[in-house]
Amino acid sequence: MSGARPVLPEARVVVVGAGPSGLAAAAALRHAGVGVVTVLEREQAPGGIPRHTDHLGFGVRDLHRVLRGPVYAARLTAAAAASGADVRCGATVVEVGGDHVVLADGTRLDADAVVLATGIRERPRSARLVPGDRPAGVLTTGAVQQLTALHHRDVGTRAVIVGAEHVSFSAIWSLRHGGCRTVAMVTPLPRHQTYAPLRWLTAGLRRVPVHTGRTVVEIVGRPRVRAVRLDDGTELACDTVVFTGDWVPVHELVRRAGATMVPVSKAPATTSGFHTSITGLFAIGNLVHPAETADVCALDGCRAAVSVLAWLTERRWPQAPLPMAIDDPAGTVAWAAHTSRGVTVRAASFGAGTLELLDGDGEVVGRSRRRRLVPNRSITVGARVGDGVGADTAVVAVRRRG
Amino acid sequence: MVTSAGPTYDVVVVGGGVVGCAVARALSHHRVSVLLLEARNDLGAGTSKANTAILHTGFDATPGSVASRLVARGWHLLRAYAPTAGISIEDTGAVLVAWDDEQAATLPTLQHKAEANGYPHARVIDAAEVRELEPHLGPGVTGGMVVPDEHIIDPWTTPLAFAHEALANGATIETSFDVEGIDVGPEITELRATDGRIRRARFVVNAAGLQGDRLHRAFGLDGFTIRPRRGELIVFDELARPLLQRTVLPVPTSHTKGVLVAPTVFGNVMLGPTADDIDDREATGSTAAGLAALREKGRRILPALLDEEVTAVYAGLRAATEHSDYQLQAHADLRYVVLGGIRSTGLTASMALAEEALSMLAGEGLALEPSAEVVSVRRTPLGERDDRPYRRGGRIVCHCEHVTEAEIVTACSEPLPATDLDGLRRRTRAVTGRCQGFSCWAEITTLTGWDPAR
Repeated sequence: MSGARPVLPEARVVVVGAGPSGLAAAAALRHAGVGVVTVLEREQAPGGIPRHTDHLGFGVRDLHRVLRGPVYAARLTAAAAASGADVRCGATVVEVGGDHVVLADGTRLDADAVVLATGIRERPRSARLVPGDRPAGVLTTGAVQQLTALHHRDVGTRAVIVGAEHVSFSAIWSLRHGGCRTVAMVTPLPRHQTYAPLRWLTAGLRRVPVHTGRTVVEIVGRPRVRAVRLDDGTELACDTVVFTGDWVPVHELVRRAGATMVPVSKAPATTSGFHTSITGLFAIGNLVHPAETADVCALDGCRAAVSVLAWLTERRWPQAPLPMAIDDPAGTVAWAAHTSRGVTVRAASFGAGTLELLDGDGEVVGRSRRRRLVPNRSITVGARVGDGVGADTAVVAVRRRG
Repeated sequence: MVTSAGPTYDVVVVGGGVVGCAVARALSHHRVSVLLLEARNDLGAGTSKANTAILHTGFDATPGSVASRLVARGWHLLRAYAPTAGISIEDTGAVLVAWDDEQAATLPTLQHKAEANGYPHARVIDAAEVRELEPHLGPGVTGGMVVPDEHIIDPWTTPLAFAHEALANGATIETSFDVEGIDVGPEITELRATDGRIRRARFVVNAAGLQGDRLHRAFGLDGFTIRPRRGELIVFDELARPLLQRTVLPVPTSHTKGVLVAPTVFGNVMLGPTADDIDDREATGSTAAGLAALREKGRRILPALLDEEVTAVYAGLRAATEHSDYQLQAHADLRYVVLGGIRSTGLTASMALAEEALSMLAGEGLALEPSAEVVSVRRTPLGERDDRPYRRGGRIVCHCEHVTEAEIVTACSEPLPATDLDGLRRRTRAVTGRCQGFSCWAEITTLTGWDPAR
């Protein structure tokens, strides 16, 4: 897949979203010889979330480097541009299908394939139904990162972080850039859900207490946040509350298109080749698996390019994908989705056990024994599936044993 | 401290909610000088911003009441005015749904009540018809009544459109003027703000909503006490909109219209309100109990709704009193008119209340000669079904609600500008959507120069 061979000079693919997965898909499609690859990005600059995630940790699996988010975003952007993909910013898509997209001003772009890479967002306070006053100072990590990294603004002085997954701890850094000290973290789960070193580097070093097994039951303060109240009655004084993680796919376009969805993750169901249930429409990146790291998303883009190419040349679409069935009476597995690395599984609670991937015949096509299943954390199980159309639907169920 | 009181106005309207703005607009069409005073830093920022956004026919009012007459009249006036002023409105209709036999038995009474209220188009239907109209309703429907003329309306633009029109016709509008004291002289009434500023007028209209009884007492009068009735509301994602075609009403009780599910002109679905009598006139927070109760009711009414994402949660306070009806009084000796206790239908009745206020003022001796020329004002409609600016190009800043940079800049620089996020929300829909600022809040703080934490 290198060198710009004009394999399909007449073909046109539209990619919606210029984050890691969309940019990587566009570059890979161009390198595979697709004539016109148009990337439509609603923001004013390409790069997606890494653009404002100003810390190290990006590019490990795809670029084999450890980069800061903005640097990583710039590299993917440059690679897409160098490949000859047409990346258009400030281009809002309001409707998609397998053979077209419609822009905000009503312009219709026809395409031989459409790749959706619209990404994720964090559930804000309202979506989590946290009661109380509606003061200023209630934010998400995404807003904090953009304020501090892109707009160089200060945020507040004392923050309580809701959540204790990877992004929750990285929010401590972003808040510090905005002149704000984190005074506490709160998670309803019995333990935090990140890697021990990240927890130590962020919360540990600064002695930020993590209130586990606790829920924020009220936000107090008018017109500015004064405190949050926990379910055990504790009041944590603060002027800023940051709701972190609890990712939800930016799924509005794909849902309106009528694609089959995975109810728990609210992502479109896809095959291992990222086909959705709508002929011609692919979905990749964190839209499909909320949320994996950016490098996994970028690798989705590369992998999807293979399926897109197969579609463009063979014009065969696999049987409509269904959400993977979960065989787990204990209820510890929430959902599963294809990624470029195999199948990602989300635990609903802490536990241990063996995860097995099953194909349509009930054969085990992947297995992983886990001593720790951690909620909100990537659990990847490699699957023996091919890229061809026939093999794409190989994994139909996830079984958890013991 | 010497404070300039400025000119003496013919009329001061106290309260920049939907009712006060409607009164100021109506007065501005006449050859009188008008001052509108609002205690908050923005118009329409109290009860008027957090309601169910329905233009009611008044079918369920108490026949013969002032509210019955003015809601019916207000429905006609606002329905005609809205399209001319850029106030989005949708002719969705409503269906009132009975969920047990007892409720079903009251439906014919409700239809008679509607007729007694001068609304002849309500019609009792059976459970099968209800289901045909709204196939996503939960099980257990025992019957219903269609109310074809209930509309949904943009509650944010309505007071702003009134105010802009008043302004264009020469009215003066001051915000952050919290009236504390009243001094009624032989010809001129002085109004003193909490910060000592003084304004003078010949006539005063009290449209102070939740503070209406306090202002009333400042005139040395009594007769009603506001006890706020808090209503919590949950707004669901636009993806829920296909789940219903029209407003789904419950069988009302004497206390409240009950929990309804309604589409909004912004394309969302709204569930609420609760009805809690409280003492704090600023307590617009939501409660765990209220939200849980709404979700339980919602699950019964429209089960699939609960699977959709919640976009916003808020609470509004209705200006309820010990009386069930509006408290309208004219006191000629004080050159004073009060529009009090407008507990939940103020949006619908606003223009009729303005007519009423003007006729009361005229009765007290205010000469109301129509202006030779009246300027009309048209706002940019915010409704999802209207022709919104993003469709004609321009840089979109708020992606969830498709709000352009130009709209945000205009909202912050036009007369009666937005001075905070809440004001911007009501003028443009920015940051009212599903991400609540995840994508756009940083950009908006840069565009507006506001403190990100305000």
